[in-house]
Formats: sequence, structure tokens, C-alpha cells
Amino acid sequence: MSILVNKNSRVVVQGFTGNEGTFHATQMIEYGTHVIGGVTPGKGGSVHLDRPVFNTVEEAVKQGGANVSIIFVPPAFAADAIMESADAGIGVIVAITEGIPTKDMVMVREYLQSKNSRLIGPNCPGIITPGEAKIGIMPGFIFKKGNVGVVSKSGTLTYEAVDQLTKLGLGQSTAIGIGGDPIIGTTTREAIELFMNDPETAGIVMIGEIGGGMEAEAAHWIKEFGTKPVVGFIAGQTAPPGRRMGHAGAIVGGKDDTAAAKMAIMESCGIHVVASPAEIGQRMFDVLK
Amino acid sequence: MNIHEYQAKEILKSYGVAVQNGFVAETPEEAKEAAEKVRAEYNSDWCVIKAQIHAGGRGKGKIVGSEQRGVQVAKSPEGAQDIAKNMLGGTLVTIQTGEAGKLVSKVLVAQDVFYPGASEPKEYYMSVLLDRATKRNVIIYTTEGGMDIEEVAEHSPEKIHKEWIHPTTGLQPFQARKIAFNLGLEGTAFKEMVKFVTALYRAYDETDSAMFEINPVLKTSDDKIIAVDAKVSLDENALFRHKDFLELRDLAEEDPTEVEAGKFNLNYVKLDGNVGCMVNGAGLAMATMDIIKLSGGEPANFLDVGGTANAETVEAGFRIIMSDPNVKAILINIFGGIVRCDRVANGVVEAYKKIGDIQIPIIVRLQGTNAEEAKRVIDESGLKVQSAIVLKEAAFLVEKVLKESAQA
Repeated sequence: MSILVNKNSRVVVQGFTGNEGTFHATQMIEYGTHVIGGVTPGKGGSVHLDRPVFNTVEEAVKQGGANVSIIFVPPAFAADAIMESADAGIGVIVAITEGIPTKDMVMVREYLQSKNSRLIGPNCPGIITPGEAKIGIMPGFIFKKGNVGVVSKSGTLTYEAVDQLTKLGLGQSTAIGIGGDPIIGTTTREAIELFMNDPETAGIVMIGEIGGGMEAEAAHWIKEFGTKPVVGFIAGQTAPPGRRMGHAGAIVGGKDDTAAAKMAIMESCGIHVVASPAEIGQRMFDVLK
Repeated sequence: MNIHEYQAKEILKSYGVAVQNGFVAETPEEAKEAAEKVRAEYNSDWCVIKAQIHAGGRGKGKIVGSEQRGVQVAKSPEGAQDIAKNMLGGTLVTIQTGEAGKLVSKVLVAQDVFYPGASEPKEYYMSVLLDRATKRNVIIYTTEGGMDIEEVAEHSPEKIHKEWIHPTTGLQPFQARKIAFNLGLEGTAFKEMVKFVTALYRAYDETDSAMFEINPVLKTSDDKIIAVDAKVSLDENALFRHKDFLELRDLAEEDPTEVEAGKFNLNYVKLDGNVGCMVNGAGLAMATMDIIKLSGGEPANFLDVGGTANAETVEAGFRIIMSDPNVKAILINIFGGIVRCDRVANGVVEAYKKIGDIQIPIIVRLQGTNAEEAKRVIDESGLKVQSAIVLKEAAFLVEKVLKESAQA
């Protein structure tokens, strides 16, 4: 088993015919993901990567049976693309696009309240259930089927953790990159909850970073409802206050917002916190032994 | 993107927000003329000279080498000229600038708003920003204006009020009234505050701002409500909708190395440590800084090379890191996913040879697609570059290199 996506996921790519969309759709298809086609407004009826191009997501749902979408459209049009997917009834929407205005995301978030869609991202690497579906931009070969769930705010740091796990023989049930923006669709706590309810997930790796209260929220939830071991790491222990570290959301605010403060909260909630990112895999290995 | 007070006030005014008016000056003579204009247009005999830098605490900050503050009152145009002479070209140090301070190249000559009248002037605090917990914009306000808001939050949190704004309906009249009531206003001042809040929120919303901080908001002695200071931060991701805001950027306020890095699409933040690093991805870059610290060093920078680590970006990254004389070693940490490690390795070798005389030890850790091949490229290059594949090895090499340089 896994969470959110699996071999039954039928994926539509929004921004299918652009450079990014073409490149990553090709990689996803090579991995074995069931990509039913894509959407590029105005190019409906044509064929790209041997798959149909639709004008709207609604057509992709009705004619192609899409139930998951992945978004590669530029930032100015990304909020619109997310809402179009939600309106068409797509269950899981993965937004890769980086640089969407915050105001647009405030609106998207509100719009999604009345829809039955789960948004992952934006500004994220996507989601993968190894051996079944890769819906994102991560390098597929480092993943291995198994029973560790991974949730992370960052892209390459996720790959780092997954690589350590795989090399120790620990495969992954699902790995999900939730994104580093101030407003994202799926929070750390929500992803953790899904993993706790997944019978095939035995342990969870939770990777956070400075900025925001998501890790603390997840930690408190784990303390109360958690049933599986969680290994945690917070990036940015050496980040100075007030400076944005790449991600729009990665900024140390007040004195309760530091990596050290988050790690202390996680520790007090029973999470196995590692200080070094090089220890993530090994700690999970020891905990599951 | 941060902008200056005088620019922020122009934006606020264009949305009908009442502000303390003034004119910007770049020379003492212009300051004198500005003071004369303030007299003529705003009927203000005295004026306030305000240093324009991107940092708070100007009123308490001092110009280096003098006892002069960053905000001063002048009683005449000649007085304004004298004050501006000292401020312009001077370096202002405030609690927010750090010891280095900031060069003052513009002053705002503004009207005096604390004039005597029928009632006592009163200062308030108001800010508008995104509340990440509720995913909504929030107006934060308190009667404790003109003070450090963090201190108010710590000592009397009950005095801080918050009003959350619904994303689709926006600020409603009852909310604006509630704010004015909570600030204890009545009569004309109450109506003025309702108008002020309404215009302020509209300005925040329509300019795609990331943060507004008005401290103080002043009730004048004749019951007007005006923004005496204005700190505005714009959402950089939304600048494509506001092309006219691009010219508000003041590169002189930014670290020149960070500006240079930006030209190569490198995301660089200078820090105070001794080990430089170059990484792909923001999260991994922060994690690499943490590794440096755990290995006994201090990170000299944050540097995210993004998704394309090629010879050109690696070379630019090298040059930027090495322009910092404190750097004793460099750790390159690339997790090749879509990017192939052997290409990055060739980029490193090429950049290294091109730069030539590199005296500090370099550790390259390449993991992911074609990592083994990449390690071979580095090891066979004949350069003084140490390579690693596993993150732990890289940490160990940093530790070793630091010990060696301490002994040398």
C-alpha cells in the first residue's frame, strides 16, 4: 500500500507541451507512471508523447479518466491551473511550479475549501510511490519499494534522505515533497496522518526547515495520535534570523521560530530527532530494528 | 522586496492613505529647498529630516563619528540643510543594520505632524501581513504605537489585537469600525481611522504586498489619522503584475556580492563563517551549512545553485565564495537527480582550471546519477580537490581539512 498515489493513478499533465512538461512527462512515463495525456489550452485534439492533448482538464477527466494532475505551467497562470483541476474533480493535484504570488495562493486555498481535491505543493518535487507511480521531478532510480514514509519541505534534501534509506535496504511506501512556500496545500501534519493510517508504512521520516509552525503542529499531533516511530530533521540550524534562505517560507522569525526550538518540541513529542542530515537513514534503520 | 519610506508613502498616498508628507533630497541644497516646499505646501514651519535606509530603528540610530540621529527635527530650511549635510554620505548604525551600518544617500524632508491643537496627539501601531497559520491576511494593531512591537508582544500581549481578512470578501466595514473602536477613538478621529484602515488594506491587497508596517499611525491634535512612517515589503513573485515597482529596487541597499550572484541565478546569502559551500536546492544547502557546523566549522555562506549546476554557474559560485577572505575551505554538495553528476564534476574541473590559483582546500561531494563516474573525474583530474560520495565522508573531510589548516 501507499498514500495518495499508486498504480491506479491516471495522470494528466498541465502544461504538457512546454519544455518542463515535456521533459518530466517523458521521465514519468519511463518510470511507468500511467500518464493519460496532457492539457494545453488551444492545442486540444493534437498528440504529444503519443498521448492526447486536451483543451481543458474537464475533457481530460471525462475522456481520459484522469484522477491526478501535475502542474508545470508558469507562475502567472499556476493558480488558475490548480483551480481548473479542482473544479474538474481531480483528486490529487501536484503543483511543481515555483514562484506563485502569495495572494494567488491565498485565493486557491480558499477555493479548495469547497472542493474534494488535495493539493500537494506548490514549489515542490512532487510525490512518488516507488514501483507504481512517480508524479513529480525526482530521480526515480534512488527510490525503492518498502515501508518507510517520507515527508519533506525540500527537494534535494528529500533525495538525500531517500538515498540513505535505500542504501541501508529500507524502501519507501510513498515519499511526498510538500514544498517550501508560505502557503501549501498539504501540511506536514496531514501527510504524517496519512502515513499513520497506511498499513504498509512502518516508520516515517519527517524533514522540515526553519520558518512557520508546521513541524510543531505535526509533532503535537504525533504525541497525541502517533502509532509509528518518526525520525525528524530540521534544516537551517545555522541560519541567521531575518534572512530568507532560498525558499520563500524559510526564514527565522521570532526566537520561538528557530531550528533549535522546533527540534526541542519534536524531541519532547517523542520524535527521534537527528542533528546531522547524514544520520537520517541510519537512525530510521536503528529505530526499526 | 523592500523599498524606502518615501517610496512606500507615495504608494500609500496613491490609494488614499493619509501620510506625513514630504519631499526627498539627495544633496543639502535640495534638502533646504524641500524644507521650503514643506513650509509652503503643508504650512509646517518645522520639518523632520529622515535618513532613507532599508532598516528600522533610525530615530535611535546614530551617524558614525557623530552624535546625530537618523531622524531629526529642523526649525528652519537652513537647519534642514545643516542636518542633511551631516546625514548624507554618512553611515547610519541602528539596531537593525548591524555594526557596519548603512550609507545614507537620500533623506526625506517631511512635515512636522506633532503640532499643538485641540487634543493630544496619540500614536498607534498597525501592520498587515499573511498569517501563515490561518492562510489569511491579518491586520495587527495596538494602542502602543511608536514602540518596538516585539517588546509590546512580550510584555503586554493583551494589548495586541488581530483582525483576519476573508480572501474573497476582503475587509468589511464592521471590521474597520471594530479596529477604530478597539483603539479607543471617537468622533472625527474614529471616522478618519475607519477611512485609514480601509484604504490601507486596499493598498496592501492591490499592490500584492508581503508586509505593511505603519509605526506610528498618528492621531494628530486636530483628529487626522496619518501614517508617519511606512515600511512596505512587496511580494517578489508578483512583480510581473507591477512592472512599475521594479524601478523602486535600490541595489545600493543590497549586499553587492548577493546582487552579483543573482545575475547568475545563484541564490547567495553571505554569513560570517570560514567554510564556504555550494549546493543544489535550498533545503540541502541549509542542511550542508548544518553539517559544516557539526564538523567544527562555521558556514561562510548559503549558496543554492538551483537546478542547473554547469561549468559556468560553478565558476561563478567559486568566484563569489572566494571573494570572501574568511573562507578557509569550500564544500561542494550536489545531489544529482536530473542533473548528471559527471557533468557537474567536469564543470568543477573546468572552473577550477580556469580560475587557476586556488589556495584553499576544496571538497566535492557528488551523489546521485553517475556519482561513481563523477568521483573518478575529480580524482583523476590531478587537482587538489578531495572527493566524496556519501555525506558522512564529506563531513569527515571538512573536519580533517579544518584541523590541518589550524595546525598550519
